[in-house]
Amino acid sequence: MVLEIGIALLRIVAVLAMVMVMAGIYGWFERKVSALMQDRIGANRASIFGFAGAGLINTMMADPLKFATKEDFVPSGVDRLLHTLAPCVGLFAVLVAFAALPFGDTVQVGGRYVPLQAVPLNVGILYILAMLSLSVYGVVLGGWASNNRFSFLGGIRGSAQMISYELAMGLSLVAMVMTYGTIDLQEMVRAQGHLIGGWLPAWGIFYQPLAFLLFLIAGIAETKRAPFDLPEGESELVGGYFTEYSGMKYLMFFMSDFIEVGVVAGIIATLFFGGWQVPYLGADGFHFPFGLSLALPAVVVILLQLATFLLKVVFFGWLQILIRWTLPRLRYDQLMWLGWKGMLPVSLFNVLATALIVLAVQGSR
Amino acid sequence: MSPVVFGILAVLLMVSAFGVVLQSSPVRSALSLVVTLFLIAVMFLLLDAPLVAVLQVAVYAGAIVVLFLFVIMLLNLQDEPRAMARASILFSAVLLGSLFLLALLRLFIAPNRVRFGVGMMSAVSPDFGSVGSLGAQLFTRHLLAFEVTSILLLVAIIGAVVLAKRRLA
Repeated sequence: MVLEIGIALLRIVAVLAMVMVMAGIYGWFERKVSALMQDRIGANRASIFGFAGAGLINTMMADPLKFATKEDFVPSGVDRLLHTLAPCVGLFAVLVAFAALPFGDTVQVGGRYVPLQAVPLNVGILYILAMLSLSVYGVVLGGWASNNRFSFLGGIRGSAQMISYELAMGLSLVAMVMTYGTIDLQEMVRAQGHLIGGWLPAWGIFYQPLAFLLFLIAGIAETKRAPFDLPEGESELVGGYFTEYSGMKYLMFFMSDFIEVGVVAGIIATLFFGGWQVPYLGADGFHFPFGLSLALPAVVVILLQLATFLLKVVFFGWLQILIRWTLPRLRYDQLMWLGWKGMLPVSLFNVLATALIVLAVQGSR
Repeated sequence: MSPVVFGILAVLLMVSAFGVVLQSSPVRSALSLVVTLFLIAVMFLLLDAPLVAVLQVAVYAGAIVVLFLFVIMLLNLQDEPRAMARASILFSAVLLGSLFLLALLRLFIAPNRVRFGVGMMSAVSPDFGSVGSLGAQLFTRHLLAFEVTSILLLVAIIGAVVLAKRRLA
């Protein structure tokens, strides 16, 4: 019993640590990609004994330290409880969303089966959607509890935007659920283990390219980052919903943004790019389509799968940051047009087409 | 569900539910409602119904109350002054409340009352509360109610569009 609880705690702590490190890496990407895009060197001021680590010291150590030691300023005439609660709710929602993502296959350690996942849930994808839908409270409360017109406008924009794009996001995932016939994320990843025609990995993107595109767009809109960063549009709203935040609370908003990028990247990797599956890697080693085989011990296979999943998550986070620094901001009417008249009908069509194909495939069996 | 966990949850639920009614600030009221709905989701989770729990959070806490908040903020509602309700409202509130209480009590009074304790909770089948079994129930036994609900939602959407059009014209 004690051992069971210990293993469960260890899994949760491991996932939490990975998420925190990942958020730091995204912060580093953000600084470096923006510098690259603007033809600067960027994030290279802080160093330890002359070692700057290409800006890693700056973003992973100096920045958090600076935020932690800054004054926590609270404007006058605000609801102090809600002002403090807002960043906590936002961070909580995105952190717990990670719990359902599988990092690897179920591992057998000394006679017991340990899933490489913080919490094995059979309602996986719906749970992540539910938690992501809670993250809007951070934005709304932050905007409302700041007693500032700019913050307030940011909060209102944020809530309308996130509710609008949740529809297209949910519907693109409905198509994926129909494709796999399950809502358990671990089952979905296992289903992507075989090969199409003997050489192409059976990843979700090859079955549902349209759903991938829809999910990527809706996911970026959910994270409130450019080209969908209207809730925080600097040129119009100072900083939007977090204008009146400083110190650790500001850092918490910042972190929840990056962790949400990670959640979206994690869902993309899990649903569309095979999760922890490595192409041609089975439980006993590599089996390449042209006849070559390479036997590997089980530990190496597990580590390879774990590393592959993390690499995929980091890559899709980097992709989102690249998009964020490439595209200019949409106008608000364009944002609403895209969400309701563009993506919603397309995602509905995708669900209908998927349903017909699934029906045809089942009928032909 | 162990009685201790249920007790703690029930107390928290009561506190947050009273918070919805007693808070003078509309935003805090709405937030108490979110906490209440979230705790009800936890109840569902402990009753082996994870799907209903997750839907409860996604639909009620994550979408409907956000819209409540949106409207509260858009109308810029200030704190409500605490005042005693009019006698007629008070009377009807007490009447409806007692009727509801009576209906609840009826469950525990003979002849076919619900018995607490042993035998109250029977074992459920392994696929209880799963997406498949819930979907099968919705599309077979409760198909009519399901479809009627969708028509109700459609009517509400059309009504909203008609009202918005009228204002623009």
